[in-house]
Amino acid sequence: MSNFPILSAMLAVPMAASLVCLLADAQRARLIALGATLVDFALGLLLWQGYQIGGSQWQFVEKAPLFAGFQWALGIDGIALVLIELSVFLMPLCILASWDAIEKRVSEYMAAFLLMETLMIGVFTAQDLFLFYIMFEAGLIPMYLIIGIWGGVDRIYASYKFFLYTLLGSVLMLIAMLWMVNFAGTTDIPTLMHTDFPVAAQRWLWLAFFASFAVKMPMWPVHTWLPDAHVQAPTAGSVILAGVLLKMGGYGFIRFSLPMFPEASAQFAPLVFALSMVAVVYTSLVALVQHDMKKLIAYSSVAHMAIVTVGLFAFNRQGLEGAMVVMLSHGLVSGALFLCVGVIYDRLHTREIDRYGGLSINMPKYALLFMLFTMASVGLPGTSGFVGEFLSMLGIYQLSSWVALVSGTGIILGAAYMLYLYRRVAFGAQKHADAAAMPDLSTREIVILAPIAAAVLWMGVYPESFIAPFRADIAALDARLAQAKPRGDAALTPGTPNRAAPAGEAHAALGGAATIKQKVALASEVAAAGRAR
Amino acid sequence: MSWALSLRLMAAEDVLSISGLVLLMFAAWGGDRATRAINWVAVLTLLGAAALVAPTMAGGAADMSAFYGQYSGDAFSAFAKILIYLGAAAALVMTPSFLERMGAARAEYPLLVLFAALGMGLMVSATNLLTLYIGLEMNSLAAYVLASFARSDERSAEAGLKYFVLGALASGILLFGMSLVYGFTGSLDFGAIRTALDGAHGGAATVDGVLSQGALFGIVFMLAGLAFKISAVPFHMWTPDVYEGAPTPVTTLFATAPKVAALGLTMRVALFAFGTQVHAWQQVMIFLSLASIVVGALGAIGQDNIKRLMAYSSINNVGFMLIGLAVATPAGASAMLVYLAIYVVMSLGGFAAVLMLRDQDGAAVESIAALGGLSRSRPGLAGALAMIMFSLAGIPPLFGFWGKFVVFQAAVQAGMLPLATIGIAASVIGAFYYLKVVKVMYFDEATGVVANGNELSHGVILTVSAVVLSPLGYLATGWLGNLAATAAASLFHS
Repeated sequence: MSNFPILSAMLAVPMAASLVCLLADAQRARLIALGATLVDFALGLLLWQGYQIGGSQWQFVEKAPLFAGFQWALGIDGIALVLIELSVFLMPLCILASWDAIEKRVSEYMAAFLLMETLMIGVFTAQDLFLFYIMFEAGLIPMYLIIGIWGGVDRIYASYKFFLYTLLGSVLMLIAMLWMVNFAGTTDIPTLMHTDFPVAAQRWLWLAFFASFAVKMPMWPVHTWLPDAHVQAPTAGSVILAGVLLKMGGYGFIRFSLPMFPEASAQFAPLVFALSMVAVVYTSLVALVQHDMKKLIAYSSVAHMAIVTVGLFAFNRQGLEGAMVVMLSHGLVSGALFLCVGVIYDRLHTREIDRYGGLSINMPKYALLFMLFTMASVGLPGTSGFVGEFLSMLGIYQLSSWVALVSGTGIILGAAYMLYLYRRVAFGAQKHADAAAMPDLSTREIVILAPIAAAVLWMGVYPESFIAPFRADIAALDARLAQAKPRGDAALTPGTPNRAAPAGEAHAALGGAATIKQKVALASEVAAAGRAR
Repeated sequence: MSWALSLRLMAAEDVLSISGLVLLMFAAWGGDRATRAINWVAVLTLLGAAALVAPTMAGGAADMSAFYGQYSGDAFSAFAKILIYLGAAAALVMTPSFLERMGAARAEYPLLVLFAALGMGLMVSATNLLTLYIGLEMNSLAAYVLASFARSDERSAEAGLKYFVLGALASGILLFGMSLVYGFTGSLDFGAIRTALDGAHGGAATVDGVLSQGALFGIVFMLAGLAFKISAVPFHMWTPDVYEGAPTPVTTLFATAPKVAALGLTMRVALFAFGTQVHAWQQVMIFLSLASIVVGALGAIGQDNIKRLMAYSSINNVGFMLIGLAVATPAGASAMLVYLAIYVVMSLGGFAAVLMLRDQDGAAVESIAALGGLSRSRPGLAGALAMIMFSLAGIPPLFGFWGKFVVFQAAVQAGMLPLATIGIAASVIGAFYYLKVVKVMYFDEATGVVANGNELSHGVILTVSAVVLSPLGYLATGWLGNLAATAAASLFHS
């Protein structure tokens, strides 16, 4: 098993299937795509099973000097592992979700999705800086085609916006990468993660990487491509977009920005917080007034990703772990919510919230699952959303209570817009006859939604299964960040002892002094303990 | 140095000249009926010439100069000639059927291409201003005729005339610069010019280590003349008209072989002859490159004719290549050669696809709007064209990205970060119009203008270039990089 190049195999399977799909007819393309994604899922399970928690940091390493200037170098740590699991878990569900919904040009559609899967796994496994860049950028092409060909009315505008925004962000990152490789003399990501770049250069490099990841993430104010792309993309496209593509931004921060430029990250943390706080409040409010279901969920994605960035730049373990869990949870939950929208969209062909109502009467199974995912999105304890948001908030509170306060409103606002959405869709009177006549979930739809529901509950009740693989990597990252860690405002500080002894007490002079000394010692002990925590 | 050795060093040129002269006789007696035969013999001649220079690409002997320093058959010239000969051969392969449909198939056509290729070979091998000029004019005169080859077509005649007038103007500017350079350095030989310009060692054209004004004028005028030939902004105005007006196979030729020759010539002049005065021309190159990138990208946005689009695209791409020259390091020159090689493949593939776009009556389709829904009627063709477009835009994982990558890497290594940053940011503008072509083919409703029916030769060239441009191309990066580095190194040792 140890010699089998499992990561290359995981890249090769969907790649080969994608080429075969192009030549196959519609029905065969569907089967090939489903088969290939299931094979990749099986490989993903083998990967998880073979990954040694507490083993070496980089596992399943493969290296082949195939190219000039960069290498075919793959390998994963725990962070990459869980994100790969997320991708391979969502992919077969996406294929199933598009089974009937996509009617035209099926073989090209399946080919584009399989190509997408190859590139996503490539992004998470690449250990060479330029290999990462190629995989990261290449995702634009299939996504452009998916939005443009199979999207809705404004698809062309949305596809251009998506492509050009992300491209502009990424090309600046390329220049930064070229500079780093020139400075460090290597393209090996693990080595670069321990390279200390000069602080003055770090600022520019950080900004260049930020330009790319902030767009991908997406952070306010460069998030505007996301609602457009989401609304116009087909259901499965939205799932992949929200479920995995957005995670590339977070992955980029955690793999590049933070470990490679710790000082610059600390300096720019206030910028990240400011943008994230605006995003949390503003996009949540925007979500509250949406009439289009997909747009509402898209804006909620921006708000959730802002929680991720806040957690990432908290510079402590709780924040980093929380950000990872929010990413995983959001991948599952927003994917599931888009699938839920897709279910009723397939029946009524509208995403207008007002066109629905009272669905819990005629679609009870649907209402139940939709309720679960709504609650998970809100962050109800027992679902995956709670774990991540709680840890992120805990992390950021140690750094800045103000940021924690403002980001915390996102959870309240999140509850507001999600519950409001749920009430309008599932409860109330059955206003429209066509909506009232919709049949409940088919077997295929249950097969799609049930695994996600199980995963959401699992992650909510026993998150340890998902946190364990990356705990050591987060600890390593935290240690790397220690050199630049900003001072938090929540640490315990020694109180100012009352030096002036109460007047009129005779024994104050000597005995009082001793007490004060003891007090100071005690206070500094407490403070040290607070910092250590 | 014996004549025999000199002749052996320029074996490729010998073969081209003799074969051209013999074929001229055939054409005179055989008439237009022999066109196809002559065409195929010309293709074989070009391939043979390429095979003759191929061994030199790996390095060759220390002294490769022939005819007392008039000509150099070094690794650099070999690299450029391979591209030139293969580009010209590919353009010839795609020609006959096109001209036959236009009723313009004549026996002179392959001959003109052969002589143009001979001139282009001389351009990249020239180490003397006179050889340079002879090669340049030999190529240009053939090219003027080729541009107006479809003489019954008004646009073609206009293209030929425009090309001639502006080309003659450019030659005049170039000659004026050459006379100044000769006057101030006292020599026509590149090596001697290099020594005379060397301020650090008291060169003849310098005063106290500073370049004299007259020589500086000469350098700038020469570069302006060459900028016409490579169609760099602000000397690019002729390009869209000529590309649009000339018969498409001729445009294919213009976009590949002469571009390589003119850029190769510019590289040798700038890096070798003027190599001791880099600062005198570096700003010129930076301006030319950034202006070409931006104007080429902006100009392309409004175009509806695919040939005009490809013309602006070539201006845009020349801009990226000039970044490699502006860097003025061996790494930059090598990157430029890599880019050039990839660009030739992209152009050949792109024009092969354009040539395959024909309507029911066999007339060429040049309007981009007419490509609507091509992905459904001709999925293979649309797929290949989309790959070429994404490749021209430099989107990974397609191989076009590699050209941009090495050029920008060279710029960053030389510390020219602002140049690299502005250049790469402007490449996003370029991406916009390449996306437009893909959008029309994939997102728009079918127009049904483009009819079925392929020609084997076009299909083969398109397939080969699509395979090279696919991610498989990266497997060749090591090999291509080594060849380009060897070629570039021969420019730098004096």
